[in-house]
Amino acid sequence: MMKLIAAWLMLLLAAPAALAIEAEYGFDDPAMNERYRTLLREIRCPKCLNTSIADSDAPIAADLRREVYQKMAEGYSDDEIIDFLVSRYGEFVVYRPPLKPSTFVLWGGPIALLAIGGFAFVRILRDRAQRPLDEDSIT
Amino acid sequence: MWRYVIPVIVVAVLGVFLYRGLYLNPGYIPSPLVGKPAPEFSLPDLEDPSRQVGSKDYEGQVALLNVWATWCPPCRQEHPFLVQLAKSGVVPIYGLNWNDDRAAALEWLETLGDPYVATAYDPQGDVAVDWGVYGAPETFLIGRDGRVLHKHTSALTPEIWQRDFLPKIAEECGSLPCPLVEGE
Repeated sequence: MMKLIAAWLMLLLAAPAALAIEAEYGFDDPAMNERYRTLLREIRCPKCLNTSIADSDAPIAADLRREVYQKMAEGYSDDEIIDFLVSRYGEFVVYRPPLKPSTFVLWGGPIALLAIGGFAFVRILRDRAQRPLDEDSIT
Repeated sequence: MWRYVIPVIVVAVLGVFLYRGLYLNPGYIPSPLVGKPAPEFSLPDLEDPSRQVGSKDYEGQVALLNVWATWCPPCRQEHPFLVQLAKSGVVPIYGLNWNDDRAAALEWLETLGDPYVATAYDPQGDVAVDWGVYGAPETFLIGRDGRVLHKHTSALTPEIWQRDFLPKIAEECGSLPCPLVEGE
């Protein structure tokens, strides 16, 4: 029974990713195909908040996949394709927004938080080390 | 002292962000096209495929481009207002029928009324992608010089029209109705 449920869950988890782009567009050249698949995972579906166009079944994601495919077939570079989509849909569509003043907090925030946490951690350790043992020990 | 003040400050700052987040619409994507020249296009006319409809039709005019489809419930909701708007003659409305079926779209216009000067038929969504369309309905306000003055996503209502569109149209035209607008 447990095995059956587990199998079901795995199928459920695997299905959306597999459904969306299988048997749609693809290039004969494996390298080109790999580039295409990678690019699709870099672009966020505008309608679905947090799914790449590779994983989404939304019609708009299918349209964007076709657009990327056509542009690649016409010889556009990855950057040119991303620039085109950003010029139409805004930076919402890229999972890795460019570093600029409005995204400093986004990119720098985690580093700043890590630094603050690290600083606090070191300070607390030092305080403890300086405290007399008997005051802190549980026994 | 600080060990009590710092957590309070941290919680307060987080609280402000989270509270603001409650009122943000995560589905809203500001269009990078606003203020920029609208993409040019030319597509077959929905009603008469032998004719072309495109950006040339409203060149030099203040116009609306309304993206719609029969599979889109909010489009049905906003449609009566579009019909009313077309009758008022403030600005010409052009339609972009998106990822749709021609027969269904024609039937829609016949039963619900046709507010459009002309409707471009875009079954593949090629032009829609060029305009950064991600959901219907979307309405673009286009200025005389062909720039996008405003974009509205979701159904148009009289309130939104009054608040977001009319002031921009008045500013662009100088007076209402727009001097260059042709009658129906």
